[in-house]
Amino acid sequence: MEQSKVDAEHSLIKPKTLEEVRAMIRAHKRNDFIFSSIGLLTITFAILTLLILFVDLVMDGYPKLNYQFFTDFPSRRAANAGILSAWVGSLLIMLVTFITAVPMGVAAGVYLEEYAPKNWFTDIVEINVTNLAGVPSIIYGLLALGLFVYTFHLGQTIVTAGLTLGLLMLPIIIVSTREAIRSIPVAIREAAYALGATKWQVVLHHVIQYSFGGILTGIIIGMARALGETAPIITVGALTFIAFLPPAPLTSVAPFISFEWLQSGFTVLPIQMFSWLSRPEHAFHINAAAAGAVIIILTLVMNGTAIWLRYRIRKNIKW
Amino acid sequence: MAQNKLNMKAEAKNLNFFYADGTKALKDVSLPVYENKITALIGPSGCGKSTFLRCFNRMHDLYPGNRYEGQILLHPDNTNVLAKVVDPIEVRMRISMVFQKPNPFPKSIYENVAYGLRVRGERSKSAVDDKVEEALKGASLWNEVKDRLQDLAFNLSGGQQQRLCIARALATDPEIMLFDEPTSALDPIATVNIEELMSGLKNKLSILIVTHNMQQAARISDYTAYMYLGEMIEFDATDKIFTNPSKKETEDYITGKFG
Repeated sequence: MEQSKVDAEHSLIKPKTLEEVRAMIRAHKRNDFIFSSIGLLTITFAILTLLILFVDLVMDGYPKLNYQFFTDFPSRRAANAGILSAWVGSLLIMLVTFITAVPMGVAAGVYLEEYAPKNWFTDIVEINVTNLAGVPSIIYGLLALGLFVYTFHLGQTIVTAGLTLGLLMLPIIIVSTREAIRSIPVAIREAAYALGATKWQVVLHHVIQYSFGGILTGIIIGMARALGETAPIITVGALTFIAFLPPAPLTSVAPFISFEWLQSGFTVLPIQMFSWLSRPEHAFHINAAAAGAVIIILTLVMNGTAIWLRYRIRKNIKW
Repeated sequence: MAQNKLNMKAEAKNLNFFYADGTKALKDVSLPVYENKITALIGPSGCGKSTFLRCFNRMHDLYPGNRYEGQILLHPDNTNVLAKVVDPIEVRMRISMVFQKPNPFPKSIYENVAYGLRVRGERSKSAVDDKVEEALKGASLWNEVKDRLQDLAFNLSGGQQQRLCIARALATDPEIMLFDEPTSALDPIATVNIEELMSGLKNKLSILIVTHNMQQAARISDYTAYMYLGEMIEFDATDKIFTNPSKKETEDYITGKFG
């Protein structure tokens, strides 16, 4: 009795006969099968959900998805309403966001990774930056309302919205810049240092160049997130009905460049969609679906570009 | 005897080295590096030979908390390479380094060799062209790559990559070249190529090489230093070390009784 128990326990660890070995392998493979089935199921579920949502939006909005939709201002009549002011607003805000957040985010990431001493202070900064990436976007909206609108008197304008989304993007860019820099092997840095390069030369000639793919991916993913943001934009005071375009950035009189558009009121795609959804008439819901499809396509295109760029840039770098 | 006069190119004097965690990796190490000679550092793993080598071009300065005590004098100007007032970048411009694993930049062959010149602010295209050609010839690589200088360096074989790294280190006319086990990641034929290359290079500069391979030290070096546990056990002419070492420990290591 005692002996057989010991044998049974032992056999679990070390099967003796060929038959037992095969049984063990079969058992192990069963786990393989179970796990891969669960994995396949989850990923199918995730992709199907997105696909159904997308197809549903496209089918609902199909009648509106034409050239007219992109060139019409919003209107009281659903049939005439379009997303001109919304996509122009989104575009201009993205521009402000890009110009402010990208240089700051990349510079901050490079500084933290390459220059900052490793001590308790940088640890705290690091934890905070990572945390910021997870702060709900409405909080950024409230911060921006207090800071940009009330303190700096920038008004409820494109520049305010752009800076707000820039703030939102900053931690994403910083974190992805640091990750990209960290993936460069020490040997490559040492090779440059051993030739007498200064820190700045190493950063400029090597670190930024080789991590560019990763940094770019972070930027585009951050931009894609900012594009879909609604809450902080509402908080800083986006208009929901806007039948004019901001002043053109290029003018016919000297100095030919105007920054008046920065001071303009604005709306963005997700807000336009939201405002149509809250209307009782069914015709407006078709507009909302069409706007939703446009947002999803834009996001997919941006993320697709990020993946393609990363592939292109990393193709020539292997370590 | 028609032997050239022996000049000292560099000299480590009572060098102690501490890693950031407080480990004392080098204990009172002294070593002469003679001009136009190859000096080999041998010893078992962890004996501090790589640590010692990396003191010569202040590589340890890249990681905060590391500390040197003592001197490494660079002749003829008697500069103490380890002095705080001496910029490590200046040191690295005079003393170049070749690493254990080939580490070319993910750039073209040409750009890899030209990089040291770029760091020095060389802008003249023709000057860089000349120097790149000279360095690639010096590293016995020119004939293999002259038609594809714009190819990516990663497309070269391992041995070619290592010779490219030597060309890169050579392009800036260093006074001393440090080799940290330069052939341990290479096949025997590539190893022979690199060894022949080093023997030729000593006409131009002084060489300090760390090697795990005792035959290699015996084949190529003029002087050999045996290190153990962070200490310099014995230094002498290579012939003497390998035929008639004066210390028992050295003999045990050489004959394979230990290590």
